[in-house]
Amino acid sequence: MSIENTSAPQIDFNTPAQLRMRKFRALKDKLASGGIAVGGISVIVAILLIFFYLLYEVMPLFQSAKVQPWQQNEQAIESYSVPGSGKTLYLSMEEQAEIGVRVTDQGEVVFFNTLNGSVIKSETIDIPANSSITGLSTISDPLRQFAIGFSNGDALVIQHNYTSSYPDGERVITPALIYPLGKAPIHIGNRPLKLLGISHTEENWNLIGGDETGLTQTKISVEENMMTGEIETTTESEALPQFNLKAQKLLLFPDRRWLLVAGKSTLAVVDLKAEDGPRTTQVIEASKGNITNFQMLLGGNAVLIADDLGKVSQWFLIRDEDTDWKFTKIREFSGGNAAVVDLTIEHRRKGFASIDELGTLRLFNTTAERNALTATVIKGTADSISYAPRSNAMFIEKDGQLSLLEIHNEHPDVSWSALWDKVWYEGYEEPEYIWQSSAANNDFEPKYSLMPLAFGTLKAAFYAMLLGTPLAICGAIYTAYFMIPAMRRKVKPFIELMEALPTVILGFLAGLWLAPFMENQLAGIFVTLLFVPIAIVAFGFAWAQVPNKYRFMIPEGWDAALLLPVVILATLFSLSVSDGIEGILFGGDMRLWMSNELDISYDQRNALVVGIAMGFAVIPTIFSITEDAIFAVPKHLSYGSLALGATPWQTLTRVVLPTASPGIFSALMIGMGRAVGETMIVLMATGNTPIMDMNIFEGMRTLAANIAVEVPESEVGSTHYRILFLAAFVLFMFTFVVNTLAELVRQHLRKKYGSL
Amino acid sequence: MKVSFTEWTKSGSPWVWLNAGAVAICVIMVVGLLSLIAVRGLGHFWPADIQQATYSLNGEKSRVIGEIVESEQVPAEQLRDAGVIVPEGTLMMRRDLMKIGNRDVTGTDFTWVLDNNLSERSNPEMLFTAERREWGNFYGYLRALKEGDKLVGQYDGYEKTPEYVALWKGFEASIERALIIRKDIYQIEKHEIGSINYELERLRLKQRALELKEVSDPAPYAEIEARRKELNTSYEGLQQSLIDLYTEINRDTIIAEVSGGQEIDIAVAKIVRAFRPNDMSVGAKLIHYAEKIKEFVSDDPREANTEGGIFPAIFGTVMMVVLMSILVTPFGVIAAVYLREYAKQGFTTRLIRIAVNNLAGVPSIVYGVFGLGFFVYFLGGNIDRLFYPEALPSPTFGTGGLVWASITLALLTVPVVIVATEEGLSRIPRAVREGSLALGATKAETLWKVVLPMASPAMMTGVILAIARAAGEVAPLMLVGVVKLAPSLPLDANYPFLHLDQKFMHLGFHIYDVGFQSPNVEAARPLVYATALLLVAVIALLNISAVQIRNHLREKYKSLEM
Repeated sequence: MSIENTSAPQIDFNTPAQLRMRKFRALKDKLASGGIAVGGISVIVAILLIFFYLLYEVMPLFQSAKVQPWQQNEQAIESYSVPGSGKTLYLSMEEQAEIGVRVTDQGEVVFFNTLNGSVIKSETIDIPANSSITGLSTISDPLRQFAIGFSNGDALVIQHNYTSSYPDGERVITPALIYPLGKAPIHIGNRPLKLLGISHTEENWNLIGGDETGLTQTKISVEENMMTGEIETTTESEALPQFNLKAQKLLLFPDRRWLLVAGKSTLAVVDLKAEDGPRTTQVIEASKGNITNFQMLLGGNAVLIADDLGKVSQWFLIRDEDTDWKFTKIREFSGGNAAVVDLTIEHRRKGFASIDELGTLRLFNTTAERNALTATVIKGTADSISYAPRSNAMFIEKDGQLSLLEIHNEHPDVSWSALWDKVWYEGYEEPEYIWQSSAANNDFEPKYSLMPLAFGTLKAAFYAMLLGTPLAICGAIYTAYFMIPAMRRKVKPFIELMEALPTVILGFLAGLWLAPFMENQLAGIFVTLLFVPIAIVAFGFAWAQVPNKYRFMIPEGWDAALLLPVVILATLFSLSVSDGIEGILFGGDMRLWMSNELDISYDQRNALVVGIAMGFAVIPTIFSITEDAIFAVPKHLSYGSLALGATPWQTLTRVVLPTASPGIFSALMIGMGRAVGETMIVLMATGNTPIMDMNIFEGMRTLAANIAVEVPESEVGSTHYRILFLAAFVLFMFTFVVNTLAELVRQHLRKKYGSL
Repeated sequence: MKVSFTEWTKSGSPWVWLNAGAVAICVIMVVGLLSLIAVRGLGHFWPADIQQATYSLNGEKSRVIGEIVESEQVPAEQLRDAGVIVPEGTLMMRRDLMKIGNRDVTGTDFTWVLDNNLSERSNPEMLFTAERREWGNFYGYLRALKEGDKLVGQYDGYEKTPEYVALWKGFEASIERALIIRKDIYQIEKHEIGSINYELERLRLKQRALELKEVSDPAPYAEIEARRKELNTSYEGLQQSLIDLYTEINRDTIIAEVSGGQEIDIAVAKIVRAFRPNDMSVGAKLIHYAEKIKEFVSDDPREANTEGGIFPAIFGTVMMVVLMSILVTPFGVIAAVYLREYAKQGFTTRLIRIAVNNLAGVPSIVYGVFGLGFFVYFLGGNIDRLFYPEALPSPTFGTGGLVWASITLALLTVPVVIVATEEGLSRIPRAVREGSLALGATKAETLWKVVLPMASPAMMTGVILAIARAAGEVAPLMLVGVVKLAPSLPLDANYPFLHLDQKFMHLGFHIYDVGFQSPNVEAARPLVYATALLLVAVIALLNISAVQIRNHLREKYKSLEM
């Protein structure tokens, strides 16, 4: 025998074609690796993008304001000397902050370019013969109205007005003066008008004027003649009672009932419409120092008082226990110790700016109690400041020099306290949590407290968990531990299928079927909740009494199937006897009884409805994870326990459940996450009123539902819009944290079982 | 066998029974919910009998005609408080909700009547129901049929006589005729005039674009103008034929008697369908039922979505889901492949896996807000500025639309696909991969030819689950492009055929809108149940198939695991 050494067939693996082929394959492989890596990473980045985008939209809320000299063509503009002659009495700007207006004590009204002070138009007010200007009072900054008082007791109401036109495609703004009460001065009293307080509606004007020695009130009603279009006015005057303080300034509320008279440090509140004529109702020591300025905040409800100790306080009228109106100090804004020289009010928001004698400018928002900016903008003591209507610019006048500041203050109305603390809103008797993001009128104070929404979210989740958790966990325990495998294979996917049920359907059923049903059968629902467990236990006991011969015909682990008819019958029975029970216990109508006897109000779409519907939505989630956790407990643990003589129930509670408890915890967390973020059910099954009340028979508004309702209508980039993004961000973070926690627990559990 | 209660309690049995009860309750709730939707949803299409009865309330008698929709018990006290005379001694009374229709005559569709006070109940054979294009259903007796001003037939009695039936037949023929004309009108209005308007709008935008680009050459302007003239001419032609068709369709009217006894005129053109349910055999009712179901799934909605079909909603949902799947499948699969096959397994991948898992639990409304802010306002706004300046200030992509809805939902469902695909990949035995590599295949070839085909059922499962989730989501869609009534479908015969920027209708939103925002909730409710049933059925089907595929997959790879 010999072994023939045949040489291996000569195959050349390195022909050029093969090499090319191999190169090509290697290239393809590289390309695929690269492509997949890029694709995979980009998907993950896209997911991260959600987080960062939400954050990006939210961040501006918490940025502080910025101030700098006005920039034109990337250059800061210089200050310029005030146009016109005389002392400034009034300083303002038009909408675009392109044209400024200045009124002087010489009766000059100068419209000028805000960038360089060049005069655009100058008018002189007709000063009555033998008199001079003695006072000026701003009626309303947003309406651009002010009044001038003369030494002979006459007053003139003036409005500065602007019209835009577009000749040759360029915007041209034309300023003009309007006299709402006519060009002829109105005679108010015989004293020189050093002080003026004016307020009006469309037809009725109240003008109060005078000096320290006494005041006179003049009421004017303006009527347009329907036929001729002429304006007819009727005037009546009366003298007001004397005050014991040296009046320095007047403020008349827009309701024309309340007059505030400021003295050196005291403040008198006068009720002009008291039963027996005008009467001083309160005299308040408004400041420890001297009052330097006081002004009405936008909306005409609140008053700001500045003093020479550097404090600015906000006041408004609230009713006390005796339903008397009391002028009350609400909050104080402190900034330094230097005397506040001037205040200027924002035209669109509840905000103001103050400047003190050291030249420190402070921007505040009253609702948020926020000091958005503190900056020293000028050396020395400024004479006055004035906001532009859009709050994007401000004039500062000092020693005849005028400078224009550029202000970036997008979201002053948000602060931690405005979002999460009780806030004392205008017109409310005490600080409260309120969500009310928009209203019809312009001078509305937006109420952005997230507390009612967070509370509603947790309330809904709480009731959902209250109803869903016991059912889901008990069901899971039975399915995983007692149920025979054949049945388990049917029941588990069936209940899990419910997880995919669109929540809009659950919401619709809850709102349109369950809510009216519950309204009719309220007692029935409670009887069912009590009676069904009793019936189940009773049936179980009765079953134990059945002779073994019959009992063993049904194998163990089929108890749940046996109970199906029991539960159905017990429910039907409870519903049918509930009318009788309602008659005996609650006089026929449980809802009526509750509202009469217990003073519990009842909404048709309430937390109980949401609890049941959302409980239904979280059951599959909790059930599925709990079931997995219990089923994954190694069998030899329970066998050991059973072998030692423990009953199945003892084994379950002492061995299986403790082992599975982290899994159950993670199931609850995930269920909670789902309940917190659920939108449609809450949207449809509650009245969506943002109230804070734990009452199970009242509704709520949740963060998620609030977003769904309000986002489509909010203006892009507005504070409201960003707060809704903040709400989304809060939801995102909450569920993300809760789910991560649950996931970590679950992974830990898996590792632990691995070792068992 | 006697067992004492204490002993029984001690053994823990009550707790076991309570646990069993929890399962039973869960199952009953699920079954109950599904059957509630099914019964109410399917019952809606069955032609209900019309009852006629004499109703006496506080001594006044009147004739009522309508369908009894539901009944409830009310405390007699409550009725007394409302000023109704109730016999002494009664505690509860039965009250029926009756659909009396004729909203144009009575002002409401529904009324509550006390069951006891109904007398002389009957189901007259000649009572008919007419479904109308406005004012809801009509119930009453046919009195006369007119062609223009000419009286064609007339009948005065209430019994079923040959003359009456002949009159009825004439009425039916007239409806048939009107429906045929209606089809022509629909064709012209919706398709022909619709496409002309669409092209005119495109021309306007084209011209505006030229103006914006400051093109001074008059040729393109003239071209546009010429085409516009052409379109206007054909528009006028169509307008004329429309006018003719309208005169034609408005020829016939009927006179019918309502429950109150007054006779009113109804234009036949306004009637969708008329039938006499009390005189229908079971077979006829079945045919009617089938027709109604067909109408439901294939027609446009009528009367503020409370009547008619939901075809646009079905179509919109399908379109959105298809687009979403096209987006989500490749990205989800690539991300899963990257995580499982290419990325270095370690702390980072574990972190990413947890993050991806958790994103599935982030509330859908958060995705909606993100979609609105990022896709619609940011991306869409920029696209408009760059590519559609001629249409500004009216937004093209800068407002909610099909494409944004699809992308948002793709983002929402991508974790589902990633998780499912990863699971599938992890189930493929190592040996299979190693075998392929040992034979000289590159990693990409192994992936493409061996791993992915084996993982394809898992991907399918993921995609199906994603579709099921997307089809049922409503909250995010409300923010990114769903509307209650879309004027046209997102896919049509006008260039570019698929209108990604268009708003669309969606089944889930339809349920929310009709059930909660509709002015006539009571009348719309049955339709909402039907819509809900359809949605549940589709989603259950998708889920069950996903489960089946998953089980099949597990079986298949069991043999590979040695």
